[in-house]
Amino acid sequence: MNLLTLVLIMPLVGFLASLTIPRRFPQNSRAWALAVSLATFAQSLILLSQFNRNTASDQFTVDIPWIPTPEIHFHVAADGISLWLVLLSTFLTPICVLISWKHVQDRVKEFFAFLLLLEFGLVGVFIAQDLFLFYVFWEVSLVPMYFLIGIWGHSRRIYAAVKFFLYTMAGSVLMLVAIIYLYNRTATFSYAAILDMLASGKLTFAPGEQMLLFLAFFVAFAIKVPLFPLHTWLPDAHVEAPTAGSVMLASVMLKMGTFGILHYCLPLFPVAARRCAPWIAVLAIIGIIYGALVAMVQPNMKKLVAYSSVSHLGFVVLGIFSFTQMGLDGAVYQMLSHGITTGALFALVGFLYERRHSLEISEYGGVATVAPWLSTAFLIATLASIGLPLLNNFVGEFLVLQGTAMTHFSWTAWAAIGVILSACYMLWMYQRVFYGVTAADVKRHMPDLGLREWAAIVPLIVMMVWMGVYSQSFLPPVSKTTARVLEQTHINVPERVELREKPREKTREKTRGETEVAHAR
Amino acid sequence: MPVNFGATATDLIRFLPEIILTVMGTALMVLDPVLHKRASHAFGHLSIFALLAGIGGAVYAQSNPGTAFGGMLVVDGFATYFRVLVMVVGILTILPSYGFLARQQAETSEYHALLLFSIAGQCMMAAANDLIIVFIGLEISSISSYVLAGYLRDDKRSNEAALKYFLLGSFATAFFLYGVAITYGTVGTVNLTAIRAALSGADAPPVVFITLAAALMFVGLGFKVSAAPFQVWAPDVYQGAPTPVAAFLSAGPKAAAFAVFLRIFLTAFGPIGADWLPLVWMAALLSMTVGNFAALMQTNVKRMLAYSSIAHAGYVLVALTAQSDTGTAAAMFYLAAYAFMNIGAFAVVSHVSGRGERYQNIDDLAGLGRKQPMMAAMLTIFLLSLIGVPLTGGFFGKFYIFKAALESHLVWLAVLGLLNSAVAAYYYLRILVMVYMHEPGEAAGQTEPLTPGFRLALILPALGTLFLGIFPTWVLDCAGKSATLVK
Repeated sequence: MNLLTLVLIMPLVGFLASLTIPRRFPQNSRAWALAVSLATFAQSLILLSQFNRNTASDQFTVDIPWIPTPEIHFHVAADGISLWLVLLSTFLTPICVLISWKHVQDRVKEFFAFLLLLEFGLVGVFIAQDLFLFYVFWEVSLVPMYFLIGIWGHSRRIYAAVKFFLYTMAGSVLMLVAIIYLYNRTATFSYAAILDMLASGKLTFAPGEQMLLFLAFFVAFAIKVPLFPLHTWLPDAHVEAPTAGSVMLASVMLKMGTFGILHYCLPLFPVAARRCAPWIAVLAIIGIIYGALVAMVQPNMKKLVAYSSVSHLGFVVLGIFSFTQMGLDGAVYQMLSHGITTGALFALVGFLYERRHSLEISEYGGVATVAPWLSTAFLIATLASIGLPLLNNFVGEFLVLQGTAMTHFSWTAWAAIGVILSACYMLWMYQRVFYGVTAADVKRHMPDLGLREWAAIVPLIVMMVWMGVYSQSFLPPVSKTTARVLEQTHINVPERVELREKPREKTREKTRGETEVAHAR
Repeated sequence: MPVNFGATATDLIRFLPEIILTVMGTALMVLDPVLHKRASHAFGHLSIFALLAGIGGAVYAQSNPGTAFGGMLVVDGFATYFRVLVMVVGILTILPSYGFLARQQAETSEYHALLLFSIAGQCMMAAANDLIIVFIGLEISSISSYVLAGYLRDDKRSNEAALKYFLLGSFATAFFLYGVAITYGTVGTVNLTAIRAALSGADAPPVVFITLAAALMFVGLGFKVSAAPFQVWAPDVYQGAPTPVAAFLSAGPKAAAFAVFLRIFLTAFGPIGADWLPLVWMAALLSMTVGNFAALMQTNVKRMLAYSSIAHAGYVLVALTAQSDTGTAAAMFYLAAYAFMNIGAFAVVSHVSGRGERYQNIDDLAGLGRKQPMMAAMLTIFLLSLIGVPLTGGFFGKFYIFKAALESHLVWLAVLGLLNSAVAAYYYLRILVMVYMHEPGEAAGQTEPLTPGFRLALILPALGTLFLGIFPTWVLDCAGKSATLVK
């Protein structure tokens, strides 16, 4: 069986099998979920080892007809971007199982079953090459997350879960209209076939038509990212979700949106994307600054991290709409880094919550003296989130800012404010939680990291450092694919738009050389 | 038109399902004194047997398709599809009825006999090729349904439902009949194929009268499928009628009425499509909007499902608006998917509602996920399908319908329809919230354990829903092949 399909199918089989575990053996459900998710991760590592890094084309392709009329295929494949996002999903799922081990005591079987179903949906979203299949996975991933938030969340979980579901649903029905519309124009759901038609000029869109289609896709993705002002579901969902839910939501699910923009919006509708770029960039910058400012005043740790996600994802969107190689590379790198860093932060906040049963910053203080290892881990994650050099987020943010600066320096200037602000809110929170006088309550309830927690957090920290120090392990396949995407955005772009980009082409080449030097450092 | 009323063997074979159902229905009533009290389950078994035989008959009749009784009846793929569909609906209605009737202590033969008669009428509607036959089928189906709605004699709401259904239903039938009369007066025939020929001929009659006739029939059929603005009866009737009957009403008569709808409007009135089109899209849009927004406010599950069924009628009308073979096939597929998911949802409600149907509120479903995990899981499948989440039949149904609409360049209707379905997600989610995210209340605590028969009543529709969602090809092929109708 094809390796990629195996990575996709294993969680689904695991999900179905876990339904048969009797309810009275919760420990079996946990162990089963861990075994399945670890096996899936191992499988995806094999996938990685066999991935050909020297080509931008799709790999591990499987194309099986599913429904003959209209012709829908089970068509999956991985490229340099989706490969890493699949790995991110499979890497984080076992970690989520570990951090939920003790945290989830109610309806254990269902919880871990939904976690596996979620993994199935997420992996599917990233590898689907058939628009219809993509939509199927897009919606399928929604259902387990809805239940994860709604059943195992905190006090306002129901409101948050329903809001999350409805926001995503409202966006995705528009996308469905656009997908069907595309099918009626092209008579295929195959993404590669549609791109071929665009490239060969067989398929062209009228400007208004293209704009509407672009917006239909973009709004669905922007809700998921979430781009300001469509972000209001996110703080609710994050705060109310159980720890594993927050981790999966922030680390992987938000990437569905940015992945969608990069993988679908840009190549399919290059003219509209370029035309909308200034507006979207403004929204992204507002998101960066607004998210950071709001994060600063949050009394609740989870909400703070949630708003920091709005800010960080703004960088990703900005990088994508810079239409430069470096901007796109940075955007993808930032997607991965944010997945690791924010995942770690949510996990650590979850550890604190398990000990003290509170998310309020004011309830803590002086944790560093009683739980030094926990504090150290938190500090590394905090510094990574701020974008300290040698840690992962720095690379992503730097590339985004550099890429953006090549075309629109003012965008960079504004976005850089977000970097400064992120240091403010993260460090301030760290100071209030971990330093100062240790309250008696904190002292009593704050054991240091246990073995299970170590096992969950160490891989994340290793990844932070690795991605920060040696980005070359990760970047080449990404660059190959982003280069392809960038090339696709030049196809069928009318002369007028093309001309505006031309003069900057030169600067791009020049600065690229420079940054590569900076990079090698 | 000279008609030879002497029935040949071929005629009778093409009329086989109706014959089987009528004979068995009558037999049930005759057997009542023998079986009553001693073996009341036998009524259910016999009806299921009758329906299975009827399905066999329908399939057998399809082996030699053609018209019967001088062109009044037609057996084609379309007819067979709907005949089988309504009979499957019948079986799915009877399965949860066992437990329901036992709980209400109302196991009689007439419940099952009426059900069989009603289905016989619907089979006739599906195979009708003549406005008179349509009318007869409609009346057989409706009158049995009126009685079924009032089946729980001692229940005030059941009586109210029957009365309301009867009065408004007769009124609607009158509209329909008036339309038939005008058609006959204008064209001089009631045969659907002949009407089409007359309308597309060179000396076509004045379009005003025909449009008027079409509008009047639209009112009559719009009532039967509970499309807005003729939907007011539905919530009261669904709420008052015994729950399995409400499930039946929302699937069986509706499917048959849509079969007639498609046949009359696409076969007979096909040539004047542009004239009746505004009527249908207005009704479609109104049904979706009224149904979904009213459902948001409901606290009674059955009422909510009633409004949701109004909205779903709107989706099917969108398929009709497309006026294409794809649209027809989409409508046919949707009605099958809808039958499974809606009957399943009603089956759960009928089980939870308990004796005397006390527990009908959404709040009463609280904590079902803890007390009855299997039932809750099935309900989840039905609701996700009603929302239109992929890998369920409901999603593919919606997908095909809106695809057909977009093919016919009704972009705005598709956009509004799909946005409507996002609104709808809210009230279906409310049920899921209750089931999984609240602590068990009084009702969930008192729910009886599942009997094997009732398990089947849940599992069959759930399997059907998932099957249509993962392997829609088979049913879609059947629908697609027969969608060409007799033109």
